[in-house]
Amino acid sequence: MDIALFARHTDYEWEIAPQGTMRVPAIIYADETLIRAMDHKVYEQVCNVATLPGIVKASYAMPDAHWGYGFPIGGVAAFDPHEGGVVSAGGVGFDISCGVRCLHTGLNTEDVMAAQKMLADTLYREIPAGLGSTGGIRLNQSEMDAMLLGGAAWAVKKGYGNVADLDHIEEHGQMRGARPDYVSEHAKKRQRDEMGTLGSGNHYLEIQKVAQLFDTKTASVYGIRENDVVVSIHCGSRGLGHQIGTEFLKEMVMAASLYGITLPDRELACAPINSPLGEKYLGAMRAAINCALANRQILTHLVRDAFSQVIPKARLPLLYDVSHNTCKVEEHVVDGRVRKLYVHRKGATRAFGPGHPDIPDVLRPVGQPVLIGGSMGTGSYILTGAAKNEALSFSSACHGAGRAMSRHQAYKTWKGRQVIDDLAARGILIRSPSGRGVAEEAPGAYKDVSAVVDAAEAAGLARKVARLEPLVCIKG
Amino acid sequence: MSVMRWEHFPHEADMGIRGIGNTRDEAFEQAALAMTAIITDPTQVKAVEKVEITRQAPDDELLLVDWLNALVYEMATRKLLFGRFEVHVKDHTLTARAFGEPMDFTKHHMVVEIKGATYTALRVAQESNGEWVAQCIVDV
Repeated sequence: MDIALFARHTDYEWEIAPQGTMRVPAIIYADETLIRAMDHKVYEQVCNVATLPGIVKASYAMPDAHWGYGFPIGGVAAFDPHEGGVVSAGGVGFDISCGVRCLHTGLNTEDVMAAQKMLADTLYREIPAGLGSTGGIRLNQSEMDAMLLGGAAWAVKKGYGNVADLDHIEEHGQMRGARPDYVSEHAKKRQRDEMGTLGSGNHYLEIQKVAQLFDTKTASVYGIRENDVVVSIHCGSRGLGHQIGTEFLKEMVMAASLYGITLPDRELACAPINSPLGEKYLGAMRAAINCALANRQILTHLVRDAFSQVIPKARLPLLYDVSHNTCKVEEHVVDGRVRKLYVHRKGATRAFGPGHPDIPDVLRPVGQPVLIGGSMGTGSYILTGAAKNEALSFSSACHGAGRAMSRHQAYKTWKGRQVIDDLAARGILIRSPSGRGVAEEAPGAYKDVSAVVDAAEAAGLARKVARLEPLVCIKG
Repeated sequence: MSVMRWEHFPHEADMGIRGIGNTRDEAFEQAALAMTAIITDPTQVKAVEKVEITRQAPDDELLLVDWLNALVYEMATRKLLFGRFEVHVKDHTLTARAFGEPMDFTKHHMVVEIKGATYTALRVAQESNGEWVAQCIVDV
C-alpha cells in the first residue's frame, strides 16, 4: 500500500481519517515494510468496516492484516448496541472460532527427537486430517445440542480431557448464550461425523520446541523453558461453523435494506445486535464457538493418547486455547466510561493484559497467552497481552504470519514432495494426505512471522514470550 | 465455437474461481468445475451418482454463491466429488444436476476442503464479446 494514504502517528500506528461514509477512523498497526507489502484491498476493507453502524472508536487492522472477506483478515471492530451497533457474519467469517491451542508435554527436545518419526506416524494415524476425513464420534440430535451448549466442558464430561483443561480455555471452555435451536439442520448434518477432525487448508497440528525465550519471567508463569517441547493445534468449528457462516451471510445480505443498512461490500453482511436476526446469529455463532472448543478438546485427547503410545511418561496439560474468528461481548473503557461492546475479531486474537479477570488465576499476573501460528518452516510464537492494549485495539493482537503469496502461485512455485524433503533435511517431519496441499502451504508462501510479532510488540499490542520451531507437522 | 472454460485467479489467502461460457448456464457449470479443481482433478471424477439441486435467489450473483454453497454442502455431507454439471437458470431459479462419485483416497488426490463460496470478487455478467462470466472467491 501507498504510505501516503496514511497519517503516521508512530512508526507502528497508521491512521486513515474518516472520509466518505466512514463513521470513525481506520487504524493499522504495522511497521512501514509490512504496510508497504499489504494489498490495497486491506485499505479498502478496513475503511469499509468503519462505515458500519454503531462502530466504536476505530476500525483496526493488526500487523498480519491481509485481504479477507468484508473485514480484512486481521481486522478488529467493536460495536455498541445502544448506538445501533451491528453484528456481522462476515466480520466473524466462515471458520467461526478457528483458533490455536497449545499443550505442554513435559518433554525436552532430545526426548522427542529420539522418537520423532514414531510420534509423527502415530499422530498422523490417530488424528483425522484432510478433506473427507471423519472422526470416531457420531452425535445424535440431543448429543449435538448438548455439545453446542457445552463446548469443551461437554467434551470433558464425555471423557475427552479433564476438568483442569477448562480453566485454560477462553470462556472456561463453554461459551454462554449459545442457542443450538438457532443452528440449522444443514449445519448440524454437516458436523455429524466431523467432531475431532483437524480439517485442511492452513489447519495443522505441530510438535514444537521452545527455541528461544524473550521474557523468562512470563515464560516461567506459563510453565515453559527453553528446549521444552509443546504441541500446538490450529483448527476451528469445521463444517458446522462454515455452514452457519454461509447461511447467515446470505440472510444478512438480504435483510440489510430492511434494517436500513447500506453495505459497501456484501461480504460485510450484518444486522443490528438488537434485532431478531442479530440475536439469532449471535446464538448460532456462540454454538459454533462451542463446537470449535469441543473439537479442539477432542483433538487434545487424541494427541494425549498418541503421545502415551510412544512416550508413556508424557503428560500434556493445557497451556492455553485462543480463538481468532469471533464476536464477543466485552467491557472496555472508552473515553473514561465502561461500555459493553460486541468486539469482532477476524483473524485477530484476544490479548487481555495482566490482571484481567477473564484470565485464569495462575496466569493473571502476567497477561493472557497469545498463540501465534506461523508456517511449517519458520515457526510460531507465544506472546502475552500487553497492559495498555485495551486503549489501542480493544485488547487484541495479531493471529499469524499471513500469506505473502496466493495458493495459486504457491502451487505453481513448489511441489509438495520437494517441500517435505527440504523440511526433512532441516529436521522437520511433515505428514499430510495431500502433496499439493503442502505445496500451497509452503513456508515461502507466508510472510515472516517474526516481522509481524515484532511489529505487534513495538505497537504495544502484545509482548514476545517465546519462539517455537516445528519438529513434526501434521497438515490437514 | 465453444468458449466454455474455467480458470482460477489469485486471492491473497484463498482462491478465486471463474467459469466462462456462451450462456449464463454454461458459466455456472464451468464455475462449479473450477471449484472442483481446487479440491481435486475434475477429469478423474467419474459420473456414477447424480444429485439434483434447486435454489432460488433474488439476483444472479447471489444465485451463483447459493449454487456453489449447495455443492459444498452436498460434497461434505455425502462425501462425494463432482466432475460434471448441468445447470438451468430461469427467473431467478436454478435447477441443476451434479454428477460425481464417492471420495476415494486411493484414487482421488484431494488437496483441500472448501469452507464456503463468498461474496468477494463476486460477478455474474455477459461481457462485451458475448461471453458469460461467473466468478467469486472461495474460502479454503
